[in-house]
Amino acid sequence: MICCFDMPAWLSEWLAGIGDEFILNFVKDDRYMYIVKGLGLTLEVTFFAVLLGIALGIICAIVRSTYDKISVEMRPGFGKAVLSFLNAVTNLYLTVIRGTPVVVQLMIAYFVIFASSKNKVLVAILAFGINSGAYVAEIIRSGIMSIDQGQFEAGRSLGFNYVQTMIYIIIPQAFKNVLPALANEFIVLLKETSVSGYIGLEDMTKGGDIIRSRTYSAFMPLLAVAAIYLVIVMFFSKMVSLLERRLRNSER
Amino acid sequence: MNDDRLIQVTDLKKYYNNGEIRALDGVTTTIGRGEVVAIIGPSGSGKSTFLRSLNLLERPSAGKILFEGVDITSPKTDINKLRQKMGMVFQHFNLFPHMTVLDNMTLGPRKLLGMSKEDAEAKAMDLLAKVALQDRAGAYPNQLSGGQKQRIAIVRALCMSPDVLLFDEPTSALDPEMVGEVLDVMKQLASEGMTMAVVTHEMGFAREVASRVIFMAEGKIITDGAPDEIFNDPSNDRLRTFLAKVL
Repeated sequence: MICCFDMPAWLSEWLAGIGDEFILNFVKDDRYMYIVKGLGLTLEVTFFAVLLGIALGIICAIVRSTYDKISVEMRPGFGKAVLSFLNAVTNLYLTVIRGTPVVVQLMIAYFVIFASSKNKVLVAILAFGINSGAYVAEIIRSGIMSIDQGQFEAGRSLGFNYVQTMIYIIIPQAFKNVLPALANEFIVLLKETSVSGYIGLEDMTKGGDIIRSRTYSAFMPLLAVAAIYLVIVMFFSKMVSLLERRLRNSER
Repeated sequence: MNDDRLIQVTDLKKYYNNGEIRALDGVTTTIGRGEVVAIIGPSGSGKSTFLRSLNLLERPSAGKILFEGVDITSPKTDINKLRQKMGMVFQHFNLFPHMTVLDNMTLGPRKLLGMSKEDAEAKAMDLLAKVALQDRAGAYPNQLSGGQKQRIAIVRALCMSPDVLLFDEPTSALDPEMVGEVLDVMKQLASEGMTMAVVTHEMGFAREVASRVIFMAEGKIITDGAPDEIFNDPSNDRLRTFLAKVL
């Protein structure tokens, strides 16, 4: 033995068994495919839920900040009534979604609202997207509120209407300010999809768990799953920091 | 309506807290085409509120503002359309920090006037040359000095080919050595016949460049006349006290 100390018996035994463990959990019966297929589903659900979340989030953030900013000055009338109604709907959405656990929302979506649907992937996308949208809305709203009022006035004084000012001037700056918070939200979302197993969707976590149930060996499949999540999150964080640096060009 | 009255303001009032604070308390005046009107007065006199009411950044509580014969306070008026013809320059520049100088200038013409990118950029470059900043076209606002930012803000407003330029204390946020370069641009515009309304603390500018000076205090116009009358022979007590402090 080249080592300078005696290896404890349990460790050498464990090391000797590691190859067998690996073959049992991943190679035999092509069990690695549970994780590969699960990873595909996890990424698919996360990707589309992120898109849905951003869309919902931007709409809700605009409704909320518009209401806060201009409803006081608006003349009573149809426009103001519509805005007040939209604001009330948005507030209800934010309160309910942020006040209940995502697992419960997912199960309600699958077993109650879309009980007739067999498409688990679509239901998961909708549930996670709607959930994420509520958090994204508050993140983007804080971004909009952080932009100086003068930017708004400059846009309006050029002749842009409220929505154009938002789109061309406010949102791009707000987005840049909240990018770190948004990235964090998407990391959370990626990991939250690991509860998809509750509706029987075989995402990566469920895949690892299925292997565990077949082999009665928890260590390898679960650590493999954890490692893959970790790598994805690290890769994503790196991409975001590159994007942040690019967007910061204008500040130099 | 084709007369030389560009903006007519009648009995303009702006109240806060249900009339407790009267920022504007019955302002009536007319700004003619080609006039350079300097608006002076102590802080809190309502001069900025007055200027910002002219393009409805402040919504007046009462009164009437006609711009080129159109009542801009009427709910039926498309204020966005009218604002295209009323350029505004702010104390804090308010350039868009996420865009280059050129994009700052061409955004309005392209999106609002339907100009092509080439035409808008050609026009922007001409105007940049006028303020000697054509080499900063690709720069971002945060790479510019205060004086440069304000000159860009002025030409950004000019890109829309406005009929009037409103200046809200354009040199108040500048370091003293940069005030001159901005005032020079404004002087040049005045000499080209641009209609301008300028809220300012620069009495030198008001005296030399303005064709008319309005002195405001407590939300009212106290005196209104040619610079010579205002500065050389201040008949009003309040005006005299104010001038003694600032000159």
